[in-house]
Amino acid sequence: MNDVTVARQGTRPGSSDGFEEVLVDVKNLKMYFPITEGAFIPRVVAHVKAVDDVSFKVFKGETLGIVGESGCGKTTTGRCILQLEKATSGEIIFDGQDITKLNAKEMIGVRKRIQVIFQDPYSSLNPRMKVGEIIGEPMKVHNLIPDEADRQKRILHLLNVCGLASAFADRYPHEMSGGQRQRVGIARALAMDPEFIICDEAVSALDVSIQAQVINLLEDLRDEFDLTYLFISHDLSVVRHICHRVAVMYLGNLVELADGDELFDNPLHPYTRLLLNAVPIPDPDIEKARAHEIIKGEIPSPINPPSGCVFHPRCPNAVDNCSKQIPQLREVKPGHWVACTEV
Amino acid sequence: MALLELQELQTQFFTSAGTVKAVDGVSYSVENGETVAVVGESGSGKSVTAMSIMRLIPWPPGKIVGGSIQFDGKDLLSLSDEEMRKIRGRDIGMIFQEPMTSLNPVLTIGMQLTEPMIAHLGMSEDEAMAKASKLLGMVGISEPKRRLSQYPHHLSGGMRQRVVIAMALACDPKLIIADEPTTALDVTIQAQILELMKNLTRELGVAMIIITHNLGVVARYADRVNVMYAGRIIESGTAQEIYHNPKHPYTLALLKSVPRMDKQRTDKLDPVDGQPPDLTRLDGGCSFRPRCRFATDECAKSFPPLEEVKPGHASACFQKNNLAAEVKEVVG
Repeated sequence: MNDVTVARQGTRPGSSDGFEEVLVDVKNLKMYFPITEGAFIPRVVAHVKAVDDVSFKVFKGETLGIVGESGCGKTTTGRCILQLEKATSGEIIFDGQDITKLNAKEMIGVRKRIQVIFQDPYSSLNPRMKVGEIIGEPMKVHNLIPDEADRQKRILHLLNVCGLASAFADRYPHEMSGGQRQRVGIARALAMDPEFIICDEAVSALDVSIQAQVINLLEDLRDEFDLTYLFISHDLSVVRHICHRVAVMYLGNLVELADGDELFDNPLHPYTRLLLNAVPIPDPDIEKARAHEIIKGEIPSPINPPSGCVFHPRCPNAVDNCSKQIPQLREVKPGHWVACTEV
Repeated sequence: MALLELQELQTQFFTSAGTVKAVDGVSYSVENGETVAVVGESGSGKSVTAMSIMRLIPWPPGKIVGGSIQFDGKDLLSLSDEEMRKIRGRDIGMIFQEPMTSLNPVLTIGMQLTEPMIAHLGMSEDEAMAKASKLLGMVGISEPKRRLSQYPHHLSGGMRQRVVIAMALACDPKLIIADEPTTALDVTIQAQILELMKNLTRELGVAMIIITHNLGVVARYADRVNVMYAGRIIESGTAQEIYHNPKHPYTLALLKSVPRMDKQRTDKLDPVDGQPPDLTRLDGGCSFRPRCRFATDECAKSFPPLEEVKPGHASACFQKNNLAAEVKEVVG
């Protein structure tokens, strides 16, 4: 449907721009989860359209943010790229090869290069393993560093890189705070020396002061190890801070994609505009001066999404045509893509 | 006289790991009709303070060990359980974070909404049902009559939180305590719910304590702010003063570490180093001292008292008048 081929235009303070080499190319990704009825002979009665024809590219070295509310498909998109879900259709081209077509054995090689950091540092670490074992496990499984002593050395190095003292290697997750656990999760992701890390709400569960520490760590690591991040989050303030480009999803669709500053300063899609307006800014003067435009209603069911533009029932700018025509993602100015016919 | 006045409230939990001083000498007041925010990170004691006001601290292991709570002319800590029960849900309403866990999954919305009105106000079932339907309309739920016979699982998270707000308002309370009322909700639903709470509390003249970790929510909705750290209030003042003229290094550090959606990406966030303290091992000094850039020897000796820097703005820091240079850097 919409192929976002765009050389990066944006300029951003504090980042080296001009990312041109495509690392991940997601083309027309669809993920429909079947809903079945009947205990003995299950038959498919409907589908949850979690991701419905989404295309985007991630350039080497950049951080691409995916934002949206619960159920918009941002996490499912990440899980499809990780091959934790088998996509219904579409291509995911990682470094030149379509990984949706790989078999389990071929996938092992790719898996090393794509890692993930999850939201909840409490449930994503095995409570019965020591921190050192948690970080060492992937290196052992993939036979990356067969020698035990070398592996120990690397575990301690990774702990230190992530700002944890070497003594933490002998601790269990329950002995650590949330921020420390998240650092362990990051160290584990780094263990495989990956190129691409999917951060799925990686800082959302942390307190403000700890969150800032972890954000800084992620930024430092990105520069140090030439990492590319797909940063999935509902927290728009964090996304603005960390991402070079930002994609906005709504009900399984990508509605807007632009350079970070461009998207936040000049949102074009009505949903993006209302979403940004809903985020309170920590300054009472700004808040008093801002017009609060509240988005009406709730997100419709992805089982039976609205016809035409999925946002039209809640959209203040909707016209008759919006319920009939599915808007295509189009480039309205260099690097700024919007799926709305009224823009 | 203030509607609610806490004086040196102390709540402790007696655990096998030691005594946790969750609330360690907290004093603040809420006037009729005003919205007061309590901000702080996990473990700062903001929720325990609220539970103490409602006298919902479970014993064992928790206990209110000192201080007083004056509400509407009554000393809440000296009331019997029976008398306290008449205040909970009637004069003080409560809104919790998780709308799913604060509603009973096996009772209809109507039963849950009418129960406090029948119990506290002595209404008949019909009267209560009529009022319940009116309340649901007020909180923006469509087809209120039909909703009364539905169960919580029929509703979305945002709708459930609206029901919880309706329950809190059911008995015309004087005060509502909202503990992270929108933390579990999406940002657009959060905006709907907070706007609703603001409008309703203004219309009905209900005072509200809003407990949150979100500095943006505080900036948008609160008249006055209390910042908590390790069981104490370390700064209090109007939202204006707290955000533009902070007088405590922790408040300043929070403002420096929060990413802001209205700011272009600057070089780095400036986080507070280290971890919050272990509440079983607090010494006599300032509990923020190990993470503080302004700490001096004096800070280790005694806990700085919460003192006014100007009328209505107080800070618990010995260095409160030496922060101007860094404040300027942050606030501009």
